[in-house]
Amino acid sequence: MNYVFQFNVVWEHFPELLTGALLTIQLSATAMVLGLCVAVLCAYGKTAGPRPVRWLVTSYVELIRNTPFLVQIFIFYFSLPVIDIRLTANNAALVAMTINLGAYASEIVRAGIEAIPVGQIEAARALGLKRLHIFRLIVIFPALKTVYPALASQFILLMLSSSVVSTISAVELTAITNSLQSTTFRAFEFYFVATGLYLAMALGFRASLSAIYWAVFVRGRGA
Amino acid sequence: MGRSFGLNEFLYLLKAIPWTLLLSLGALIGGAIVGLFIAILRTAPSRVLRGLAIGYIELFQGTPVLMQLFVTYYGLAVIFDIQVDAWPAVLLAFTLYSGAFLGEIWRGSIQAIPRPQWEAAACLSLSLPKQLWYVILPQAARISIPPTVGFAVQLIKSTSIAAIIGFIELTRAGQLMTNATFKPMIVYPIVAVLYFIICWPLSLLAQHLERRIDATLGVKRHF
Amino acid sequence: MPLLALKDISKRFGTHQALADVSLAVEPSETVAIIGRSGSGKSTLLRCINGLELPDRGTIEFNGKMFEQTPRRLKELRREIGIVFQSYNLFPHLSVERNLTLGPTAAKGLPLAAARELAREVLRMVDLEDKIAAYPQQLSGGQQQRVAIARALAMKPRLVLFDEITASLDPELIGEVVRVLEKLARDGMTMVLVTHEMGFARNCADTIVFMHDGRIWEKGPPAALFGSPNTAELAAFIDSILSVNLIGERPTGSRQSQSRGIRGRNK
Ligand SMILES: Nc1ncnc2c1ncn2[C@@H]1O[C@H](COP(=O)(O)OP(=O)(O)OP(=O)(O)O)[C@@H](O)[C@H]1O
Ligand SMILES: [Mg+2]
Repeated sequence: MNYVFQFNVVWEHFPELLTGALLTIQLSATAMVLGLCVAVLCAYGKTAGPRPVRWLVTSYVELIRNTPFLVQIFIFYFSLPVIDIRLTANNAALVAMTINLGAYASEIVRAGIEAIPVGQIEAARALGLKRLHIFRLIVIFPALKTVYPALASQFILLMLSSSVVSTISAVELTAITNSLQSTTFRAFEFYFVATGLYLAMALGFRASLSAIYWAVFVRGRGA
Repeated sequence: MGRSFGLNEFLYLLKAIPWTLLLSLGALIGGAIVGLFIAILRTAPSRVLRGLAIGYIELFQGTPVLMQLFVTYYGLAVIFDIQVDAWPAVLLAFTLYSGAFLGEIWRGSIQAIPRPQWEAAACLSLSLPKQLWYVILPQAARISIPPTVGFAVQLIKSTSIAAIIGFIELTRAGQLMTNATFKPMIVYPIVAVLYFIICWPLSLLAQHLERRIDATLGVKRHF
Repeated sequence: MPLLALKDISKRFGTHQALADVSLAVEPSETVAIIGRSGSGKSTLLRCINGLELPDRGTIEFNGKMFEQTPRRLKELRREIGIVFQSYNLFPHLSVERNLTLGPTAAKGLPLAAARELAREVLRMVDLEDKIAAYPQQLSGGQQQRVAIARALAMKPRLVLFDEITASLDPELIGEVVRVLEKLARDGMTMVLVTHEMGFARNCADTIVFMHDGRIWEKGPPAALFGSPNTAELAAFIDSILSVNLIGERPTGSRQSQSRGIRGRNK
């Protein structure tokens, strides 16, 4: 091993890496919010919707969960333009991430809904509440609370898998790293530091998600 | 311009499937060995060893597989002073990645066996290895099968990422075919369907096993 | 010579003194019932006897031999001291028969055929021969607990410990388990039981031990102890137990006639 490590180049370009990391964070955070909305809708559809809706949700979830994220990205970015749906790289990435997260998270949210004691729902029904009201008022909040840890891990997995969107040249952290290493020829150093940045982002997301849990579920309503 | 997408092109995609499966299987076997060590270290009495194992798990579960792939690929080049083939780099990266996940799955399965089961076995005068062999491992193995199969699905999907460093498996074959035919609207959906055909039965199997095992062992899972 | 002799056993968990200077002798064929409030150290005492907990101080002598906590000595000891837990703790992945033969074959080296014969024999004692091929989760709580007793007996122990083995059973299933205990007591098995079944303790135990705050507060034959408790703590404990039993068995007023009515119809 005669290789001489040169991390100086990496530090020179560190601000660029940070810009990439920032985009990764933005992309992931947006996809988390949108994906959670998709997930809650799907979970409602699957637990309370009519049969065709349940069937539709199941197909969506199974389709997404049994195909690679990378191929999903290719379909959103390369295949859709053929039928005249054109997305910029960043938007294609966001859509792919949202749809991907929606599928995984909907199963998690559904598990939370099914863990709600039947008695509570029956009691609400006895009070004459409508289905949607029951869902909004009694079911979804405690359901999200019980499955929050699983949701949080899923969010972090999403953030990590976002590195794959570099293949459609969105300018997030991995894409920036790719271009920097190819102009400087210090591939190992750049990827090494970028990996560290991802690890730091994962820890940062974990901490923020715990803080959100505390603010919403512990202090917020005490539910 | 471009070929049309016909039977030959489809067969080309099919012929790439064994590489996807081979890579997954290889990583699963390698990961099983690494995972066993990680599971043992993770439960070792020494705090240093446990810390090492936790660090390993955090590193591989807290960074993108793509980054792990790049670092391994270029790291091997650094160590051996030559550009290595994609195949060993990819296999090594996915082995290390699988090791972290399988180690955690198996440790969780062993620790999910309630302490009274150990005690009941000890009270029958069984030695520690016999307690493990007759009482704990058979139950832990059953619990661990569904998540292990579930992880196999995750791994098969993850191997698509090897396409990014040029390893020719199913996804890379799809990219090559798209470049040759300019028919992303046909090729990528077909690739997705092929993955689905591989992964979905495994997912169903995992679900089925989980339900059956939960019923017979009386295990209560939260998610 | 006592089969089991505990001398000045003490055990603390953190700052909590679970056992304080407990001394107790158990003669062969004696039935000792330990009673006391929750948290008074009853389970901890039983767990010290067969080495599931290591006492901080004190000595345990079994069959005239001092007990040291080496793995080998522990294994020897557990061949001779069986234990039955409140939560059965059968092995869910093994059939009833395998639950019973595992100890004798894997720990004592008995040939499988002999162990099977033994399994049938102990199942007969708990009246469950027809369940030999069943799996634990196919049995009721009472049946599972009887299998657990049989599992302990299959080791041919000289002493069996029972830790509140009826506590998690539905009331109507308690009887079948208590009857097994009564039979064992009659057959001369040496037993130490933690129990809340005062009727059983009064009728079958040779000695009652009342534990309070990790100490043996009072000890003696049932008639003396229940008839004239020496301490206010025991008197209060007996009162609380009796009132629970009264509520359970003979509710006052109109409810009383109601329950009689139901019983009448069942007959
Ligand atoms: N492993 C342990 N770690 C810490 N504290 C313990 C442990 N085991 C028991 N204790 C504590 O020791 C005290 C005695 O416990 P023990 O289980 O012996 O009581 P018990 O008389 O059997 O009560 P119960 O009737 O509820 O079973 C309790 O206060 C309990 O909380
Ligand atoms: Mg107890």
